[in-house]
Amino acid sequence: MNKVRVRQLWFAATLLLSLFLMLIPLPGPLTPFKPYWPALILLYWCLQSGDRVTLGLAFCLGVGADLFDGVLLGEQALRLTAMVFIALRFRSRLRFFPMWQQSLAVLGLLLNDRVLLLLIRVFGGDPLPPPEYWISPLVGAVLWPFVFLILDDLRARLRIHDT
Amino acid sequence: MALNRDEQSPLFAPGVAGTLRLIVYLALACVLMVLDHRGGWLSNVRYGLSIVVEPVYRIAGLPSQGFQAATVAFADRQRLTESNQRLREDLLLANAKLNRMASVAEQNQRLKELLDTQHSLSLNVQLARLIGVDLGTFRHRIVLNVGARDKVQAGQVVIDARGVMGQIVEVMPTTSVAMLITDPNHAIPVTVERTGLRTVAYGSRAGDMLVLPNIPVSADVQAGDKLVTSGLGGRFPPGFPVGEVRDVAQTPSGTFLSAQAKPAADLDRSEDVLLLHDLAEQDGPPPLAPNAGPPSGLAPDPNAPTTPVTPTLPKVTSPTATQVPARATSSTPAAGTTP
Repeated sequence: MNKVRVRQLWFAATLLLSLFLMLIPLPGPLTPFKPYWPALILLYWCLQSGDRVTLGLAFCLGVGADLFDGVLLGEQALRLTAMVFIALRFRSRLRFFPMWQQSLAVLGLLLNDRVLLLLIRVFGGDPLPPPEYWISPLVGAVLWPFVFLILDDLRARLRIHDT
Repeated sequence: MALNRDEQSPLFAPGVAGTLRLIVYLALACVLMVLDHRGGWLSNVRYGLSIVVEPVYRIAGLPSQGFQAATVAFADRQRLTESNQRLREDLLLANAKLNRMASVAEQNQRLKELLDTQHSLSLNVQLARLIGVDLGTFRHRIVLNVGARDKVQAGQVVIDARGVMGQIVEVMPTTSVAMLITDPNHAIPVTVERTGLRTVAYGSRAGDMLVLPNIPVSADVQAGDKLVTSGLGGRFPPGFPVGEVRDVAQTPSGTFLSAQAKPAADLDRSEDVLLLHDLAEQDGPPPLAPNAGPPSGLAPDPNAPTTPVTPTLPKVTSPTATQVPARATSSTPAAGTTP
């Protein structure tokens, strides 16, 4: 009972943390290098315990992120839902990929996410973004092994194993 | 979007149901986006949820605040002394200039009162601090620590010591969001200070520059020209520095000149900003004078608006006194006819 609650707390805490990381600014010139944290954390949970991450959860997290971001309600909800759907589809394969292949897969997912964002913004009437727009997925893919290993290690240390 | 629908995975396959749910959620998101884009009620929702959103902003702003505190704490004495010295010199210079300007400003004020123009040189401002929150890359927005409780309204102009930064676009109870002038969706009416040419400066797609895409080919614009707000459009008051032209080139179509300008304000370094309180003059005709018409002495109507006739002046001067526009302030000499 206690363990279950700790698990849920840990799960919720990481998701909240991802929203905070999204809001915390990087110093000026590093701004385009900021990875899309909610996507990375959500992907980790997709691979780690796929039964807990559902499309509904991704949608809710996206709406929450939109509220903080204040750009367009539903934008991140759409992106995260699409990404979680694809990740859940290929979950059984992704889990057994070696780390570098997993990183490549994450890169693909994040690039797809950027394309979606681009479509949404262009439909909304915004101009095309500058080339630095495409750096963020690369950073995300490079960071993926570390995110995965750190979160996995923390989970092991906290002894929050599930199933 | 490449949704691999015919992926046969034996380990988990809520096939049709999963896809159906995906479609439902995507449709929901699209509906939300369209509603928000059309109606713009996201700000209402955010205003309602500001109890949650604002503390999160404050907490998320802590790291950058701490970073700044650390920079100050670990800055060596030498640099602090230097910056202190520089600030002193700046202050001295500014004060000297101000003293010289004071008499000119007073004279200007008197002349303007004679001319019945309304805008004054005095500034009515409110100090605000930035909260270090990232509202998404390539979104040129900043969060300020004042809000509706400090009587901030959407549309107020944000400036720093060097020039115009942007305008408030969204107000929450204790924070507000401002759009910078470099946002691609932002436009600001400017004049070239040297020649008086009026044009519009847009934010650029690449970020830290302004673009003036429609200058007539015959116009005289050079690199180094200063841009100031023109006051047209009724949003930005006239005379605030906006930027400096960096280069001028012909547009691909050849019908216009297009100039690039660098914003005058320190858009990514300013920590303290000023909010202008008095907005620019309303565009459109001035409101009607309420007491136009013949003086009350000639028309003895008890319901007539209060136009007291000065006893010391002869009746003949009364009509000229009542034709003063209603928006003339009480300090103008014309309004001195009221007892």
